Amino acid sequence: MGRSSTEPSTTGRCAEVAISDDVLVIGGGLAGAMAALAAAERDVRVRLVTYKQSTLRQASGLIDVLGYAPDGDGPLVDPFEALEGLPTGHPYERVGSEAVREALAFFDEVAGDAYVGDHTDANALVPTHGGTVKPTARYPTATAAGLASDNRDALLVGFETLPDFDGPLAASHLAAAGVPFDARGVTLSFPGIERDDAKVTRYAHLLERDEAVSVDDSAATVGARDALAESVDEHLEGEPRVGFPAILGDERADEVRTALGEGLGVDVFEVPMGPPSLPGMRLSDLLYDALEDAGVRVTSGVPVVDYEVDPRGSSDTPADPSAAKTSDDPARGRIDHVVVDRNGAEVPHRADQYVLATGGLVGKGVRSDREGVREPIFDCHVPHPEDRYDWFVDGVFGDQPYARFGLDVDRELRPLETDSRPTFSNLRAAGAVLGGYDFAAEKSGSGVSLATGYVAGRRASTAVIR
Amino acid sequence: MSETDHPPDDGATEDRSSDEFEPIQVFPEAEAMDLRPGADNCYKCSTCDTNCPVAEVDDEFPGPKFQGPEQWRLKRQDDHDVDESVMKCSNCMRCDSACPSEVPLSQMHNTARGEYIEERMSRFSREYLRNRLLANYRRLAPLAATFPRTANFVMGLSVTQWLGEKTLGITSERELPDFATETFREWWTERGGPAVESEAKQIAYFHGCYANYNTPEVAKALVRVYEHFGYEIMIPEQDCSGTPMFANGMLEDARRAAETNVAELAAALEDGADIVASCSSCSMSIRQEYPELFDFEGTAEVAANTWDALEYLRVHEDLEAELADASLEGDEYDEFAYHAPCHARNQGLDGQTVDVLEAIDGVEAEDVGDSCSGISGTYGWKAENYETSMKIGAAMFEHMEGAEAEQGLTECPTCSMQMGHGTGYEITHTLEILEAALVGDAGAA
Repeated sequence: MGRSSTEPSTTGRCAEVAISDDVLVIGGGLAGAMAALAAAERDVRVRLVTYKQSTLRQASGLIDVLGYAPDGDGPLVDPFEALEGLPTGHPYERVGSEAVREALAFFDEVAGDAYVGDHTDANALVPTHGGTVKPTARYPTATAAGLASDNRDALLVGFETLPDFDGPLAASHLAAAGVPFDARGVTLSFPGIERDDAKVTRYAHLLERDEAVSVDDSAATVGARDALAESVDEHLEGEPRVGFPAILGDERADEVRTALGEGLGVDVFEVPMGPPSLPGMRLSDLLYDALEDAGVRVTSGVPVVDYEVDPRGSSDTPADPSAAKTSDDPARGRIDHVVVDRNGAEVPHRADQYVLATGGLVGKGVRSDREGVREPIFDCHVPHPEDRYDWFVDGVFGDQPYARFGLDVDRELRPLETDSRPTFSNLRAAGAVLGGYDFAAEKSGSGVSLATGYVAGRRASTAVIR
Repeated sequence: MSETDHPPDDGATEDRSSDEFEPIQVFPEAEAMDLRPGADNCYKCSTCDTNCPVAEVDDEFPGPKFQGPEQWRLKRQDDHDVDESVMKCSNCMRCDSACPSEVPLSQMHNTARGEYIEERMSRFSREYLRNRLLANYRRLAPLAATFPRTANFVMGLSVTQWLGEKTLGITSERELPDFATETFREWWTERGGPAVESEAKQIAYFHGCYANYNTPEVAKALVRVYEHFGYEIMIPEQDCSGTPMFANGMLEDARRAAETNVAELAAALEDGADIVASCSSCSMSIRQEYPELFDFEGTAEVAANTWDALEYLRVHEDLEAELADASLEGDEYDEFAYHAPCHARNQGLDGQTVDVLEAIDGVEAEDVGDSCSGISGTYGWKAENYETSMKIGAAMFEHMEGAEAEQGLTECPTCSMQMGHGTGYEITHTLEILEAALVGDAGAA
C-alpha cells in the first residue's frame, strides 16, 4: 500500500491523538459487555470495540453457572457447591467462587425484572425446545412459568412453519424425562405467516406490532395477538399454562406475553430455542442499553487487527514494584495501543488497560487450521497438542479436547506464555477465549463469561493509572 | 477481482503423494470473482436473517442467508436462475456487520442483483427504466440544477407526482427533494477555491451528488470546518459514488462511475491529500464496495485512504479538546434525535457522533436506537416498497418522537429524508453543528 494511514501526511499529531480511553474491551458478547459494565462502575472511561455481532445472539438467553461437573456428574442441584472441586486452570477456579457470586449479583442488578432465579442457589430446570431439561442459574422472566419443577399441566404450542419446535414431540420427551406434570403438544398454523421460511423476527414483529392479519381466508382482519390466542383457545383442555417457542415479541415481549395470557386465561411462557434466538437477542439488547446508560463508548462493525507495545517497557506496572526478572514479569511488556481496521484505514485506539473477550472457536476469538490453534489479535499462547489428530476423539459427544482450547491465565486473568509468565502487564482475558473448560458439556458458558468478564473489568479499572 | 484467492482445487493432476492439502473440487468453473470461501464460511446461524429489516416486515423476502450463500450454491447448477426476490433487498448492508463468520453478504447480494438485472430484467420494462432513472439521479440533477426553481416547482406539483407513480412507479407519498439555487461546486468556483493553502495538510473532498445539488450547506460546513483546522481542500472531479447503482443492480453504470472516481481520487492521493466524504453511503461505497467489486488500478489505495469527514478529524486532530473550548449559545442546537445510518454502522461509526458531540457544551444528541430508517436510498422511493419502507421506519419514528429533541440529526441524505417524512422534524447534518460550534456565524458570511 502506497501510504500508511497510521503515518498521516499531517504534522505527526495523529499518533498522539489516537482515540484514547482508560479501559478498552475487545469483544461485544456476554463477557465483553460484563467487563465493560464492571469497569464502568469506577470513574474511568471505557470503550468496547466489537467486530461482528456476537454469538450471544445465537444463545438460549439462559444464564447457567454449572449444570454438570467436568467429569459428567449431574445435573447438579447446587452449582456453587461444585465450584469448589473444579480442577486447577478452570476459569471458575481462577477467579474463585466468591467472584462468581458477585458477578451474578451484578448481573441481577443489570437485568432487573427481565431475569429471575436469584432467590436460590439451586439450579432451575428449564424445558428446552427439544423437550430436554436444562439446569440453569438464571432464566428470562418470559420462561418463568415453564419450569419443569412446576407441577401444573402444560400445553406446548408449536407451529407448522417453525420446525425447530415440535409441540407434541417436546411434550413426549418431557414425559419421558419424568417431569411431575402432564405435557401435551399441538401444532397450529401461525396467523399472518404465509411462507414456510419466515424469519423468527417476522413472527416476533407480527405480535410486537399487533399487525392486522386475516384469518380463515375472510376479508376481515384481526390483531395478530387476538388471532393467535383464539387459535390456541380451542385446543386448551384446562391446562393452566401454555408454552410457545420463544418468538413472542422483541422489545415488547412482556406486553405480548401478558396479552396472550389474558386472552387465554392462563400463564404463558416461552420455551428457549436454538439459533437464531430472540431471548439471546433480547439479552444482547439489554446489555447494550446498560452500556449506554453506564457511559461506555461502543464501536462496532470494525475489527482490532494488531497492537503495539509500549517502547518504554512495563515499569509502571503497579502489581510488581520490584520489577526484576521475576516469574510475574510480563514477557512482552505493556500494550501501548491496538490497531482498529476501518475498511482499510488503520486507526490506533489507546487505553491504559485492555480486556480480550473475543470468544472461542465459534466466535473466532480462537482460530484453527491444519497447522495449529492460535489467538489472532495478540497471538497469545493457546496450548494444544501438536498432532491435530489429538485434538478430537471419535464420537460426537465424547470428551473432546478441542472444546477446552483457549488461553491459560493467571488469577488476574492475564494470558500466560508457555513459561507461565504473563504475556502483557495490561491485558486480561474473559469468556470463551479462555481454555480449560467445556462449556457445552458443563452448561457453564454464560456463567464463565459473566464471572471472568466481571473480574477482568473490575481489575482493569482498578489498575488504571490516573 | 484479481487479488481474491482462486481455490487451488482445479488440479486433478497434482501429485497425490505429497502432504499438501488438496481440497476436493466440487464446483467446476473458477470465476473471475470467487465467492466460494465466503459461502463456505456460512455456518447457518441465521444471525443475518434476524438483522434484516426487510425480512422482519415482509415474509415474502427470504432474507440475506438465502440471497447470499444459499443462492450462490443454487446457481452453481445450470437450471437455477437468480431469484427475483433479490430485488426486495434494500442494500442496507446490515447483514455484513451481523455475520459472526465473515461471509461477504452484501458483495454476494450485489453480484446476484447485477446478474439478475443483466439476465432477467427486460431493458424495456417500466421497472428497468424507473430503476435506471433512480440509480442515475446524478445524470438528471445537473439539468434540474440549471433551472432549480422550475424543477422544484414542477416536481412539487401533485400532477407530476401522480404521473411519477402511474408511469414510473415512483411513490407519490414522498416529496421530491428541493434542488439548491446554487450548487456547491458553483459556490466553490465563485469563492475562488480554497481559502487555506497548506503543504502539510491537504484533503480531497468527495461531496457526492446530494451535497452538491441539494444540500450545499453541508458541503460548505465541511469546507469551513476543515479550513478552521488549517487544511487545504481540493475538490476533485467526481461522478456518483455508485451507491444507488449497486442497490439497483446497475453494475455497469457503477463501474463507469467508480472508474472515474478511482482515477481522480488516486491522483489526489498522489498529490498528498487524504480523501474525506460527508455522506456515509459515499464513504461506504468507496471503502467497501469498490474493492469488493472492482479492480481498477489504485482501488485498494483509494479505499484505504478514504475517511468519513468526522472520523478523519477525530483521528488526525484533537477534536475533543477543540470542541471542549467551543459552546453553542441559544436553544437552536440544544437537543437532537440522532439516527446512525446503516452504512455508517458498517464502517464502525455508529457511536461516533454522540461521542463527539458530547464534548460540546450546550449540545445534546440522543441516539434513537439501532433500527434501520427503512428508506435505503432509492428503495423507499419505489411505489412497491413504500409500505415496507415505512413499516421498517416505524421503530425509528417512535424512538425519535419519544426522545426529548424535536429535531433530527444524521449523516445520510436519504435517512434524513425518511426522518423528516416520518416525523415532520427538521434534520441537520453533524458537520453543520461542528461548523456552528467551531466557526460560528463568521463562517456563513
